[in-house]
Amino acid sequence: MADTQSKELKVRDKQEVASPAEQTTPGLVFTPAVDIFETEKEITLLADMPGVKADDLTIDLRDNTLTLSADVAPADNTDEQDILVEYETGRYYRQFTLGELVNQENIDAKLNDGVLRLSLPKVEKATPKKIAVKTG
Amino acid sequence: MIYRRLFNVPTWQFRSPFGELERMRQQMDRLFEEARAPYQAAQAGVFPLTNLSEDKENYYVRAELPGVKGDELDIQVTGNNLAISGERKIASEEEGARYHRREREAGTFSRMIGLPGDINRDNVDAKLEDGILTVVVPKAEIAKPKQITVST
Repeated sequence: MADTQSKELKVRDKQEVASPAEQTTPGLVFTPAVDIFETEKEITLLADMPGVKADDLTIDLRDNTLTLSADVAPADNTDEQDILVEYETGRYYRQFTLGELVNQENIDAKLNDGVLRLSLPKVEKATPKKIAVKTG
Repeated sequence: MIYRRLFNVPTWQFRSPFGELERMRQQMDRLFEEARAPYQAAQAGVFPLTNLSEDKENYYVRAELPGVKGDELDIQVTGNNLAISGERKIASEEEGARYHRREREAGTFSRMIGLPGDINRDNVDAKLEDGILTVVVPKAEIAKPKQITVST
């Protein structure tokens, strides 16, 4: 990772959710950037969600569909006048289909500095059974 | 010239089809520029993207920097410019992790933001909360609006 850490960051616009269904509430909805990796024991998901408080984040897992949604409280800066607006704020929403069974009891979520870290432990599989083939 | 006598048109008209194309291209460019969202048109194209606002007392500079710690940020004021630089680090995970997706990026950044008025550089306040950096820059006395009462 040493080579990637020294490079200069490029501007990336926040991705708006492209959903066929229209939202019932006004406001923008963005797709958070994520890293997903798996090890032998678990699947880990890291998501960039700046401005999200732990209470406003909803993580839902049912039928192998993981849904992340988060509300961002609008800043109480009604007295302020915008001079330059380069990014917009809004809710975050993203859905994933998990290919593997997840042990729902031990899901762990942490939110630090606007980054969510979600650990999804895999269900321990039954030990593979060897079938002996007899000859004769 | 025999050329001109034959066709009886001034030579500049031969260039005009290309001129017309060029004019159309410029109009199309302008159309696309207008169709873009206003905030995109104003972007400086330097990370981090910044929102700047003001009230009577202060300028507010906000930027989204998820995963950046306060001690990894370097904020300096020079004249009426605010310089924000730092590095976003993403810790490498344990050996044997197989990545499905890798959309988050690590790297260094450096940005200079020019503030539109004079500032009081001694009382600049910066805080980083939930991945959002907010820098409050107080305006200099001279840049604050002064109420003028109209005498009757």
